[in-house]
Amino acid sequence: MSQGLSGAEQRLVTPGMTIGSLTGMRVGSGAIVHNDEIIATKLGWVRENNGTISVDPINSPYIPRSGDLVIGNVAEVRNNLWFMDINGSFQGLLPMSLAPWKVEYGQARQHMDVGDSSLARVQEVDECHNVVLTMKGVGLRRLSQGAVIDVPVNHLDRIRGEANANLDRMKDTSDCRIIVGENGRVWVDGNENGIDWVREALDIAKQHGHKSSFDSAMKKHEKKFNKKGDA
Amino acid sequence: MGGYGDVQLLREDGLRLDGRKVDELRPVSIQAGILPAADGSAMVTHGLNVAVAAVYGPMEAHPRKIQRQDRAVIDVRYNMAPFSTSDRIRPGFNRRSREISKVTAESLESVVLVERYPRAKIRVEIEILAAEAGTRCAGITAASVALADAGIPMRDMIVGVASGKIEDTVVLDLDKAEDNYGQADLPVGILPNTGEIAFLQMDGDLSPEEYDLAMEYNFKAAAEIHEVMVDALKARYEESEN
Repeated sequence: MSQGLSGAEQRLVTPGMTIGSLTGMRVGSGAIVHNDEIIATKLGWVRENNGTISVDPINSPYIPRSGDLVIGNVAEVRNNLWFMDINGSFQGLLPMSLAPWKVEYGQARQHMDVGDSSLARVQEVDECHNVVLTMKGVGLRRLSQGAVIDVPVNHLDRIRGEANANLDRMKDTSDCRIIVGENGRVWVDGNENGIDWVREALDIAKQHGHKSSFDSAMKKHEKKFNKKGDA
Repeated sequence: MGGYGDVQLLREDGLRLDGRKVDELRPVSIQAGILPAADGSAMVTHGLNVAVAAVYGPMEAHPRKIQRQDRAVIDVRYNMAPFSTSDRIRPGFNRRSREISKVTAESLESVVLVERYPRAKIRVEIEILAAEAGTRCAGITAASVALADAGIPMRDMIVGVASGKIEDTVVLDLDKAEDNYGQADLPVGILPNTGEIAFLQMDGDLSPEEYDLAMEYNFKAAAEIHEVMVDALKARYEESEN
């Protein structure tokens, strides 16, 4: 039987690999118990933290949770609600009662039409994965300018960095406003050069987000922008 | 002499026509993540077979009548390209592709943690680009790697492998001539870590002893193919690490 890791060093495991024994360990995300052994259910890196063994997946679909800040695209409009594509398995539903505007019945399209993007928050997710969104809240709005860039959901922590350090550096370097949605969408607004630079930085995150070379690649990219600015 | 007609499938030195031993696999190579548009993908080359699998989802299941309130459904479409064999195959679904799609979907449902995604659908597309006996096995192996690549939670991967009987001799991994003129074919989907069987089909007759030997060959081969699957998934993320 192939063996995963139960040590300090991170190792890549594939579904079905045994990553530890149940004795004294708790099972975290990306793992299940089978015959008193902990089995990885996803392709990813094994992580052991405070007696919990889990797998950080390399590739993972977005699973909405209540309170998530998301960037949605309007996929369908009805008389009194919008269906938003939030990059998950199911569309999110934004009823007009949770929109930031006073919407007359049948006038929903005048506020937001198919293809528009907006910043919303997940209000509720029920056991059948129905997602209700809200746009009532500080900063939640229709995104009428800037660019929305897709990034892998599992690289969001890496893009943000410890205490948002990476994100703050990106904002400072590019002089852009950047909002990271939990659903793997990043909104960037600023001048053209800045947006282009952020787009390239997020491409680096896509390519190197799971590697130790990510930080050095980002630093190299930051220098590139400074040089461009000096010139 | 067994089989149909007088086709000789074993050489006098005991080897098969392509020079393999009775318990020897054809060369297998796997590449993960070959299709940028898919959530997960893989290409399996098994002998002269080439199978490409793409996975999309989980997504909302449509039409709604196929939704299950407690789990996801796996929608598999197995298709052989018209140019995959020397005789052109008429494009579109046929009886055989429906059957293989169904058995593949049912076996994948046994390993994917479908209860994590109620009302959802996971779409698996398997396209056979070149066929030389054993395409359902290559297809299911490709689908397993593609599902893992897509980040779909699974309790194990499935390895598709077949044994059979030619000239009253049990052999592993039949090629085209052996499949066409042999006496039996036993394709199996094996969960390499738990040793469970996800699907099993049999064409022809095997005695209990022959069946046991064929399964022994299958399990041995499944372990070999599983290593190639794991290497392919790891290679995608580890090869350019520095």
